[in-house]
Amino acid sequence: MTGNDIRSILSCKVFAGEDLLSREVHTACGSDMMSDVLAYVKDQSILLTGLVNAQVIRTADMMDMLCIVFVRGKEPSEEMIELANERGISLMSTEHRMFTACGLLWENGLRGGNND
Amino acid sequence: MNAIHLHYEVDGTDFTRAGEASAAVKKALRQLGVKPDVIRKVAIALYEGEINMVIHAEGGYIDVSIDEKAISMALCDHGKGIENIDLAMKEGYSTAPDEVRSLGFGAGMGLPNMKKNTDEMRIESTVGVGTNVYMTVYL
Repeated sequence: MTGNDIRSILSCKVFAGEDLLSREVHTACGSDMMSDVLAYVKDQSILLTGLVNAQVIRTADMMDMLCIVFVRGKEPSEEMIELANERGISLMSTEHRMFTACGLLWENGLRGGNND
Repeated sequence: MNAIHLHYEVDGTDFTRAGEASAAVKKALRQLGVKPDVIRKVAIALYEGEINMVIHAEGGYIDVSIDEKAISMALCDHGKGIENIDLAMKEGYSTAPDEVRSLGFGAGMGLPNMKKNTDEMRIESTVGVGTNVYMTVYL
């Protein structure tokens, strides 16, 4: 699956890194707690979150993630978009809630990456 | 290789900027050709530490030394200090206020995660004086 596939599955609006959406992504995680992302994520390349602040971008950067999807129609600030562009991370937003967004991606073959 | 020393001041007043030092170290390690799994461990440990410095201690400074054997990190602050280090090291234990949790942190995972991602970690803390965290990741 690529970032472009995720964009179409979740009907996303793109805010940063549109040209980077052709990158292949294998696994995803969904969390509003960046502490948990830092503690439990291994090689997941997509982060779905309802949290919107600059630390979401910084956390994704530390974990070498390629793409962040904000759920429930949340939109990143200008500052966050700038930071994401600097770090080569794609930012998108979907109107779906967390559970539905994760379910749709699962149904289309994306996995969590921990032996599932 | 000669040892490389990096020094960063951590601004304790601006939560949105917390993580800039860690990002700079990550970039430097990448330029030095350090293995990606080592870079990831150092980046996570430093970022958790940097967030702690901003949440609990109004900032401080970070020194990083890199030689052919290891990456050594010292995170020093003049914050309120840690009363009980053993308790602070327990997963899930946190003294962070609710507003920090609403920002996505303060789950009590920071210090244990720093230990998990480093080969050595030592904390020196005096209540009312400050905290020094020393971490080493071997190359």
